[in-house]
Amino acid sequence: MKRHLISAADLTRDDAVLILDTAEEMARVADRPIKKLPTLRGRTVVNLFFEDSTRTRISFEAAAKRLSADVINFSAKGSSVSKGESLKDTALTLEAMGADAVVIRHGASGAPYRLATSGWIDGAVVNAGDGTHEHPTQALLDAFTMRRRLVGADAGLGRDLEGRRITIVGDILHSRVARSNVHLLTTLGAHVTLVAPPTLVPVGVEQWPCDVSYSLDDVLAKSDAVMMLRVQRERMNAAYFPTEREYSRRYGLDGQRMAKMPEHAIVMHPGPMVRGMEITAEVADSDRCTVVEQVANGVSIRMAVLYLLLGGSDTALSAPARPEGSARPESPARTEATARTEETK
Amino acid sequence: MSKILIRGARILGGEPQDVLIDGETVAEVGTGIEAPEGATVVEAAGQVLLPGLVDLHTHLREPGREDSETVLTGTRAAAAGGFTAVHAMANTFPVADTAGVVEQVWRLGKESGYCDVQPVGAVTVGLEGKKLAELGAMHDSAAGVKVFSDDGKCVDDAVIMRRALEYVKAFDGVVAQHAQEPRLTEGAQMNEGIVSAELGLGGWPAVAEESIIARDVLLAAHVGSRVHICHLSTAGSVEIVRWAKSKGWNVTAEVTPHHLLLTDELVRSYNPVYKVNPPLRTEADVMALREALADGTIDCVATDHAPHPHEDKDCEWAAAAMGMVGLETALSVVQQTMVDTGLIDWAGVADRMSFRPAAIGRLEGHGRPVSAGEPANLTLVDPAYRGAVDPAGFASRSRNTPYEGRELPGRVTHTFLRGRATVVDGKLA
Repeated sequence: MKRHLISAADLTRDDAVLILDTAEEMARVADRPIKKLPTLRGRTVVNLFFEDSTRTRISFEAAAKRLSADVINFSAKGSSVSKGESLKDTALTLEAMGADAVVIRHGASGAPYRLATSGWIDGAVVNAGDGTHEHPTQALLDAFTMRRRLVGADAGLGRDLEGRRITIVGDILHSRVARSNVHLLTTLGAHVTLVAPPTLVPVGVEQWPCDVSYSLDDVLAKSDAVMMLRVQRERMNAAYFPTEREYSRRYGLDGQRMAKMPEHAIVMHPGPMVRGMEITAEVADSDRCTVVEQVANGVSIRMAVLYLLLGGSDTALSAPARPEGSARPESPARTEATARTEETK
Repeated sequence: MSKILIRGARILGGEPQDVLIDGETVAEVGTGIEAPEGATVVEAAGQVLLPGLVDLHTHLREPGREDSETVLTGTRAAAAGGFTAVHAMANTFPVADTAGVVEQVWRLGKESGYCDVQPVGAVTVGLEGKKLAELGAMHDSAAGVKVFSDDGKCVDDAVIMRRALEYVKAFDGVVAQHAQEPRLTEGAQMNEGIVSAELGLGGWPAVAEESIIARDVLLAAHVGSRVHICHLSTAGSVEIVRWAKSKGWNVTAEVTPHHLLLTDELVRSYNPVYKVNPPLRTEADVMALREALADGTIDCVATDHAPHPHEDKDCEWAAAAMGMVGLETALSVVQQTMVDTGLIDWAGVADRMSFRPAAIGRLEGHGRPVSAGEPANLTLVDPAYRGAVDPAGFASRSRNTPYEGRELPGRVTHTFLRGRATVVDGKLA
């Protein structure tokens, strides 16, 4: 495992499968009455959010807390950032406060990369979404959801998504979720098809390891999972498409279209959904739609990521079971007993 | 006045010769010239003697942004880079759109003494593209402005551009266009292509440059004026300029050193030191630009020296300022990309970095041959030198170079401005 998680492209197949497998173990913690592990006790995780994103922030917060880390939420609004403080000075401040990991959401593509490579901080950097670049934990939770649904929670352990056909529909041009998913799903052996009006596909997409189609109807029957992306209404004003209704007619997923999908196929959405735009209520509320599961899986994935990034270094000294000289952290399964004791004292 | 004998220099890369400077002019060129009594002798064996370099595109930042550069520090950087004349761009604060501001910059240049400063006047008031600035008043001022540019911004209104092209004919002026269609480049952060698609950075498409160039060469032809294209950056732009020249239209173009060497692959580092406008393009563009500079389609090299304070580059990509310093590395980059590759010889360098830019700017006393009776504006370069770029040694007030740590060939050892040494043994005099 690398020291930071900046891009899904940095993950090897084995890295990704390790994260998914670890997330399965973490998910079991969530099924217990006391949803907490002591693994990151005494470690500090800062959620540095320059963009509003309550969903992602609370998901990371829940993940860190379930691992017993101290969590500091730093929101740019109303902070020194709104007074003109630079990313560098904010980073130096967090460093001085002893952040072991910084989870960063930023409107500028590449900001997490700069944070990780400019020597401003020593801690691990986790990209929680940067501009229109990447959102790797979203892709990981999507892959996790697919593996559970299409392969099986237990059957999936150690396995990837070899041969699965994944269709991603919507505003590819501005989507960090799409970029991360293309990298990760391809690494995991899946075949990705992007579907969008040509205006919402980036110039240069021909180099991506995936197919592009302008017709949703053409690919539905050949999809094991269909991921619908949110389309912002403001895009209409920049002439990316004529009207909301036209977009919805051509690229929205309704009951009729869903019926064309294979029976086992699932519908995914990273949220927040715009019902009536890219997805109808009928589809959003159907059993095939995994939106709520994705949210739950997000916590497991983020636990796995924080655990793998932070668990292996010095404060894992509190984990006596850790083998001498090994960089691998203590397995979460082995900490279960400790966890229970801790919490029932 | 003092006499200087430059001994054994290869003039424009030719056979070794001696050059005697007397006062402000070249007194004699030949072999075996005896050093007159009291003359300073510069031993230049192995070195190449060029006419003083002329930059058509320099941002000196004064007035207004003296934290990044002043006329004094900028002209010191110019001298260190072998330049004897620079054109100071108009996007200062206040904008150089009146006779008063261009005269101020011109006077500061005179006072600096390191390099002649020829102010460029804005085409439109406040660079806003709406209303013509007083082009005639700037031309008639002490600064004698001949080159007009809204550089940093494009004169995108076709009617304003047409009028500007027509109007400057009255005094043989030229409009230097920063070709960037504004609507196509809203939110643009880097070249639009494979890399921007991956990095999720807003794209600056080649067509935004090419469409303006196509329009402007047609306009220049229509009104019978001359147009100069700033910092050409794409293979498509080269094709359009080549076509316009084949028609016999009065079109000239410049390329920056960085567009001859660097590509958008460097943006993968998200290091804003590579953020520049127009953006770094692809390998294919770089090769087309080199070829065009070699065959004369592109007339000259211009630095687009754009100093910025450290804090404007020590940040996330989107928040960073666009631009790179270039005066002190320009000749080395041209040597590496054009001379060492065999595309042009040193006579070609003299042409593309001195003769032609001086001719385009109608600049007197610069871009002259190295021969008796000419002004002694000269640059001596040691082409055998190899060294890593160290921004700490720059004369510029700013350090935003994309070449830090990169090994580049060649070094300016001496620069003479009208017979006075501004650089001696690689150090500012």
